[in-house]
Amino acid sequence: MAIDSPAGAVALDRPSRPPAAVARGRRGLGDRVYRGLILASVWMVLVLAAGLVAALAWESWPAVRAFGFRFLVTSHWDPVAGEFGALPFIYGTLASSLLALLIAVPLSLGAAIFLAELAPGWIRPPVAFLIEMLAAVPSVVYGLWGIFVLVPWLRDWVQPPLGRTLGFLPLFQGPPYGIGMLAAGLILAIMVVPYITAVSREVLLAVPGSQREAALGLGATRWETTRIAVLRYGRSGLIGAILLGLGRALGETMAVTMVIGNRPEIAASLFAPAYTMASVLANEFTEATSDLYVSALVEIGLLLLLVTVLVNGLARLLVWSVGGPARGARA
Amino acid sequence: MGDGLYVNGLRAWFGDTLVLKGVDLTVAPNAVTAIIGPSGCGKSTFIRCLNRMHETVPGAKVTGRVLLNSEDLYAPGVDPVQVRRRIGMVFQKANPFPTMSVFDNVAAGLRLGGGRRKSHLQEAVERALRHAALWDEVKDDLDRSGVSLSGGQQQRLCIARALAVDPQVLLMDEPCSALDPIATAKIEELIHDLKKDLTIAIVTHNMQQAARVSEWTGFFLLGELVEFGVTKEMFTTPGDKRTEDYITGRFG
Amino acid sequence: MSPGGRRLVSSAVGGLTAAAAILVVCPLLLIFGFLLYQGVAALNPDFFLHLPKPVGEVGGGVANAIVGSFIVIGLAVAVGLPVGILGGVYLAESSDRRRPWVLRFVADVMNGVPSIVFGIFAYTVVVIPMRRFSALAGGFALGLILIPVVLRTTEEMVRLVPNALREAGLGLGLPEWKVSLRVVIPAARAGIITGVMVAVARIAGETAPLLFTALGNRFWHQGLDQPIATLPLQIYAYAIAPYDDWHRQAWAGALVLITLVFLASLAAKVATRGRTLAR
Repeated sequence: MAIDSPAGAVALDRPSRPPAAVARGRRGLGDRVYRGLILASVWMVLVLAAGLVAALAWESWPAVRAFGFRFLVTSHWDPVAGEFGALPFIYGTLASSLLALLIAVPLSLGAAIFLAELAPGWIRPPVAFLIEMLAAVPSVVYGLWGIFVLVPWLRDWVQPPLGRTLGFLPLFQGPPYGIGMLAAGLILAIMVVPYITAVSREVLLAVPGSQREAALGLGATRWETTRIAVLRYGRSGLIGAILLGLGRALGETMAVTMVIGNRPEIAASLFAPAYTMASVLANEFTEATSDLYVSALVEIGLLLLLVTVLVNGLARLLVWSVGGPARGARA
Repeated sequence: MGDGLYVNGLRAWFGDTLVLKGVDLTVAPNAVTAIIGPSGCGKSTFIRCLNRMHETVPGAKVTGRVLLNSEDLYAPGVDPVQVRRRIGMVFQKANPFPTMSVFDNVAAGLRLGGGRRKSHLQEAVERALRHAALWDEVKDDLDRSGVSLSGGQQQRLCIARALAVDPQVLLMDEPCSALDPIATAKIEELIHDLKKDLTIAIVTHNMQQAARVSEWTGFFLLGELVEFGVTKEMFTTPGDKRTEDYITGRFG
Repeated sequence: MSPGGRRLVSSAVGGLTAAAAILVVCPLLLIFGFLLYQGVAALNPDFFLHLPKPVGEVGGGVANAIVGSFIVIGLAVAVGLPVGILGGVYLAESSDRRRPWVLRFVADVMNGVPSIVFGIFAYTVVVIPMRRFSALAGGFALGLILIPVVLRTTEEMVRLVPNALREAGLGLGLPEWKVSLRVVIPAARAGIITGVMVAVARIAGETAPLLFTALGNRFWHQGLDQPIATLPLQIYAYAIAPYDDWHRQAWAGALVLITLVFLASLAAKVATRGRTLAR
């Protein structure tokens, strides 16, 4: 202390060491390294995402240049001759996914309404849990079950009677192979049901209780309350849930490959074998001998990417419109 | 001759907690009965027992009798859905259906009863909106969304919606607590008109409001009905000390 | 409609939705039932310890596939975990509302990309330059799938940490980075770990992206830059082959796979019970 300093008594007021160098806004080394690592990771993710699109675009360019728009509308797929028309795969993907939705949506919405509104309290957790476990089953396991259980069942017990009774419709004509569009649609339906159910249930739970009270107060039964207060309110979110299911179905690979028959033809019958975009990638990527072949396959991959991104983006917007952005993390 | 509600030995639970400890009260016909008391005294629970809304909460239970004229609403075999048809309710925060138009909101209750013809619906909706003193403000655009109205208008829309099904009694659970003074005044004026054809019970935390609109008042405290009587008398010469303390602002 | 009629409709709809719920749950029981029934027979020590026998011969196992799965998952975790966790922390800690939405949006979109597309990406950036299929390529593809899942669950878990904890750390004079690393992230550690477990359970079952990256191998892999077998790949190869013995092994492999995946998901659920954001 500075009792003896030349400045005299004033020195007593001066602190014995300088104030710590913690100026607002200036960061220490640790902080800068930390921030740097974090930002590097963020950039890494963005770069990878951009790289994904860029790599696919780059690899598919030869095919795009060779075939242009014809790629999307011709159905002739002949690798030997170098002819690549992707229409059968586009058709197969869309048809199998739509068939899956037709089966899955009523079941999923029904189950979601049951879980969110109508079920007694003690039933909800176990059933919700079982449905979540369904979502965890790997695709190849679904495919295995599909080949050895679903397909024989269709071939022996479902398709023959369908063919006999409804065979006048083009939908049910042709030999009952078992494998084909119907099998693919069914197995896809089983696979997307858990997703649509889980998201729909969350949408319904996000509807404010005051809406239900308003309906109950008017003398509505449980179902009427659900119908006019909950379902109407959560309408856009439910559509989003369905779209999320569609997004899953479009990209599903293994299970579909194992039961769809893998024949690049467009047929009207559900009994006929078909081929999807994801399946042709799974089957033929390692067989692709020429650069053009690979390029055509990558172009299919690019198409698949664009379609699923669009559908998923739209789906998320709709689901957020009911509950808020936090709901995106699950699916 | 109007309809009255006669409550006898009403007890209510949330799970194992007893929240209403035996209430005997009369909601007089063609009059307004106010229910007052500090927060948590059970007044909302009480009024929700009158139209069997309390039991919609999981784990909630009610015992006792509530007679609408001479019928016990809690008798075994009575359908709560029908009870809520005959006893309407307006809630604290206006809750019109956001995806429906003004017209559809008012018609919502009517449509539940089964497909009415469009012309019947139009008449009924106009009548309800007039009754709720909202017709003039919305008649030019009945298709606008129910939530595009102001707060006070939305609450009157909810009143119209409740009135459209022609209830015998109307329950109001703090209907003005979210509204500004002007909107509140409009609704109080409306209540004066409504009580000519309807029996009304209103929960309010605003004592001046109770004094303005009601003929009868019940004071609740900690789940019990402490005092019940003619409004004017209760506010000038309360019988119970607790009532006097509440009214003079010593608590609550 | 009469009041009685409306009540009937309400009950009927209740019944229909209950039926829907039952139908929805049925496949799970059917599939698991079949797996048990078909797969238990082929489960024996050989299955876990031996390599596949030559084509046509009965017996052998999937030891290389099991080891391969662990290796590829390990590579995927090495690729995806740091990036995913740090990204998640970024999202959770950023108060600035503008820039983060890009990352969140990209991560959500990545979540919906079909896994086989990631396989194509890995093919173009790893397989082609290396001129060979490899475990590295497979690990890279799976790592890409891992990133968005880990990112979002990390964000959710770190957000759950009460702000008061961060303020306590700052109040003690710790620099921001220490508060994050030593106070906030450890508090969210359990949640982050379970999020990682769920993500790993998901990639453990992935087959499509590995079809032309890791490719598969009937023998032990000769190095990380060589093709490698994984359990899902082996199941697929056996399922589409014409040999009955291979089919039995496919069922057994599927039983093992689904049991591991279920256990991991179950453990994750139990660990995060009560920790969720909304509801």
